[in-house]
Amino acid sequence: MIANASLHAWFAIFGVAALAVMGEVLTAGAMRRIGDLDDIRAVSGLPGAIKAVLSSPMFVTGALAMALNFFMMLYALSLADVSLVAPATASLTYIGNAIAAKLFLRENVDRRRWLAAVFVVIGVALLAH
Amino acid sequence: MLLCVMLTASVGDTFLSHGMSQVGKVDMHHLGLLFVALKNVWVISGIVLLIGFFASYLSALSWADLTFVMPATAFGYVIVALLSRFWLHEHLSIWRCLGIGMIVCAVGFVANGPSRTEHTLEVMDSGVGR
Repeated sequence: MIANASLHAWFAIFGVAALAVMGEVLTAGAMRRIGDLDDIRAVSGLPGAIKAVLSSPMFVTGALAMALNFFMMLYALSLADVSLVAPATASLTYIGNAIAAKLFLRENVDRRRWLAAVFVVIGVALLAH
Repeated sequence: MLLCVMLTASVGDTFLSHGMSQVGKVDMHHLGLLFVALKNVWVISGIVLLIGFFASYLSALSWADLTFVMPATAFGYVIVALLSRFWLHEHLSIWRCLGIGMIVCAVGFVANGPSRTEHTLEVMDSGVGR
């Protein structure tokens, strides 16, 4: 029974991380397609920049994933302690983002960036200690 | 811009935490307290700062890679830890100090590299090519 509850909690934690990665990668992809917001703001003003962001289907999908991530986080917190959920989701999200950014955004995730992601994961785990 | 991302996220979270500690514990039987929370000056300030965070985060993603911005936003954890130690007077253990050190190193690693990946297609479009 306890193992089953623990399995549910980890399922929810992986769900939170997957939705966070999906949201952040889609948002980053949308911002890359839209272009530098400072340049858009210089030409079309702040309303133009806001319109450019909100009219991107990729951004809207990413924002939706982030909203779902919030509710999944609440679900995860109802199953396990925040001292487990917060560092576990943060760590999985950082590693997942690095992998997804390399695969889907074709970012140059070199040794330096991998090392940074691993250091952040360890750092977050230590902060939650 | 990245400094703005770090400061607005961490100070916003700390303001929300301080405000919610003044409002009290919210449970299923006292959901009305959430509306009371929206009148708390710390909660309002926290929400305004988190809106500022999202705007500056999107702006940063429009000119930098996700894997460059990510560790920078993680630096917010360090600011939250320092704020909780010196403003909220919470205990900062040796493990947390080590965690702060690791995140500072991570930010240092990426800060020394390029902020954006230039794709071959974009380079060729610009006429530079390989």
